[in-house]
Amino acid sequence: MAVSNRPPAVYVDGVSKTFALPHESVHTLKERALHPFKRTTIETLRALRDVSFAVEPGEFFGIVGRNGSGKSTLLKCLAGIYATDAGRIYINGRLSTFIELGVGFNPDLPARENVMINATMLGLAPREAKRRFDRVIDFAELHDFVDLKLKNYSSGMLVRLAFSVMIQVDAEILLIDEVLAVGDAAFQQKCFEEFARIRREGTTVLLVTHDMGAVQRFCDRAMLIEHGRCVEIGEPERIGMRYLQLNFDSDARAQEQTVADAEDERTVGTPDSGAAVADPKAELRLGDRRAEILDSWFEDSGGERQTVLPTGAPCAFRTRVRFNERLENPLFGVNLHNADDDYVWGASNMYEQKAGVFEAGEEIVFSFAFRNLLAPNRYFATPAVADSAGGLAWHDRRSRFAAVMVTGTRPADGLIELPFEITIARAAEQPAAGQPAGETAR
Amino acid sequence: MSTPSLELLGPPIKGPSALGNDWRRFLRLTWALASTDFKLRFFGSALGYLWQLMRPLMLFGVLYAVFSQLGFGGDVKHYPVALLLGIVLFSFLSDATNESVRSLSNRENLVRKIEFPRLAVPMATVLTASFNLVLNLVPVFVFLLASGGEIRWSLLQLPILIVLFGLFVLGLSALLSVLFVRYRDIEPIWDVVLQISFYAAPIFYTASFVREQASETVLRVMMCNPFGAIIQQARHAVIDPSHESAATAMGGTVWLSIPLLVIVVVVVVGYRVFDRAAPRIAEDL
Repeated sequence: MAVSNRPPAVYVDGVSKTFALPHESVHTLKERALHPFKRTTIETLRALRDVSFAVEPGEFFGIVGRNGSGKSTLLKCLAGIYATDAGRIYINGRLSTFIELGVGFNPDLPARENVMINATMLGLAPREAKRRFDRVIDFAELHDFVDLKLKNYSSGMLVRLAFSVMIQVDAEILLIDEVLAVGDAAFQQKCFEEFARIRREGTTVLLVTHDMGAVQRFCDRAMLIEHGRCVEIGEPERIGMRYLQLNFDSDARAQEQTVADAEDERTVGTPDSGAAVADPKAELRLGDRRAEILDSWFEDSGGERQTVLPTGAPCAFRTRVRFNERLENPLFGVNLHNADDDYVWGASNMYEQKAGVFEAGEEIVFSFAFRNLLAPNRYFATPAVADSAGGLAWHDRRSRFAAVMVTGTRPADGLIELPFEITIARAAEQPAAGQPAGETAR
Repeated sequence: MSTPSLELLGPPIKGPSALGNDWRRFLRLTWALASTDFKLRFFGSALGYLWQLMRPLMLFGVLYAVFSQLGFGGDVKHYPVALLLGIVLFSFLSDATNESVRSLSNRENLVRKIEFPRLAVPMATVLTASFNLVLNLVPVFVFLLASGGEIRWSLLQLPILIVLFGLFVLGLSALLSVLFVRYRDIEPIWDVVLQISFYAAPIFYTASFVREQASETVLRVMMCNPFGAIIQQARHAVIDPSHESAATAMGGTVWLSIPLLVIVVVVVVGYRVFDRAAPRIAEDL
């Protein structure tokens, strides 16, 4: 950042915040009577640990982190809702906070009064609030419902009204907590436009969100926060990647543990300790176990096991199988579902070469190498070994046995990311094939 | 990241506090909260504000039927009006404090979601109760005139008494609301205290009745309670001089310093406790 005389809009210097969580150790009346003044034990939760950063005036700054990472606590400290335990926060400019839309909305009052109350809460004088009322209603497109009680509003209308009030309170610094995921598509578009406008006008914005798309679309810089610590501050794209990686990696680690515990109690074959089983609850195992699937994993082009793969790169899915009986020409296959449970891709050797004959006790690895055209999402692989007749004659099928996170720098709309080239040309200069003859003749 | 020079940054933000640093905002918020509450109180009821007038009148009807027969009135003029005035003032005390106890937790969504001077919450509750008090004073005057009383200059004492009473109630409300955040036992305890104060103050009996039936000392102790002293003085000023003034009841003007001191202590303690707890209200709720 260039040297400037302007002080940062927000300057956070070593802020820590600890919550005391009292544990009620007195449960019954008898206990209470015996120990009337017994102190409840107190557990402390360190929500923020020595967080420091600066936001320049006019910057759009994203704060991302997993649930419980402390990002909302940070925002509340910035907003002055929580007192900090250590460190200092400097705010330079008029601040407005939107931790929740429509703070102070009362369902029994009509929109008009609610807008006034809400605006007062956000720091406007009644005269200013009155002056802005029309603009608020204009933006929310709720002219016909001004005198309707809020309880008769649809939730979408409510959100529109609340967002409009917020956007009309012109603050120099805005603190926003996850409000983008609201309203219908058209209104969301309008919100995005409004964000772009705010950004152009030089308002400083701090946005807390899970939506990496929004971070990459609006933010100049972003901060990743985990366990109350600032992990990294940098380019939104980089932070977005780190976030996804962090998100998935720790998920996988935690789940590995639970699966490992669960597997101990099962009677079936012991899987390798490193089995990247994805979703223990959803795992459903079918088949007669004449062959057993021991392990499944994804690999990058370098042959390294990965739980996170970038979209567009070559990769492979491999499965290790042990044969308990002699099998002739078994079928090996995999189905891939995404986090929304769409069936994205299936592959097998059914129409390919015959697999051959395998003896009892033999272990093999079957692999599907493919170019990763999957859209960024989380995927679950269901490997299966089946009888040569195919169909449902499974030897072993382990649903959602392996998982992988596919990451991309852009949000994707569809199921897959087909490589494409886009050309945009003026029709007169480069007529496209198949246009009417009359035009090409010109 | 280099540390910017401190002069450029100005002072660090302080976090939540009782009053905030913008008086106008504090008052606007208090007003907005109070007026919304007032509007919503009888929302949807056919008779609306009439209920607000009816409640003390109902209680008055019952108490009057019982106590006027038993000779609680003593030798004062316009006992029924004095009874009504007592009930109205007590309603203010009990409405304001009862509502205040839960006020912070009822407004949890505000407290936890936006920064604003925390004291605005109990203050708004007291303000709403004051609207009702003013409303309820109307029938008092109607009764006074109807029973042949007259409007005298000493009526001008009433606003001063109400302000004093308001401060007392505000101190109590601030204290109760912030204690309730930590100690939920406050609610039943305060319920009991209110009941006691209904009987411990000259509401359905008069000062002269106490003097005759009990003793001078009991009356003086009663008057140490600011609530008792205020009722007595209000009766003296508003209704009829045959109700002795608080000073007379205490046996000298100088003794009035006791209830006044109590008010000051309640206000100061209430504010100090509230102010100290204010930064943590959002997380303790």
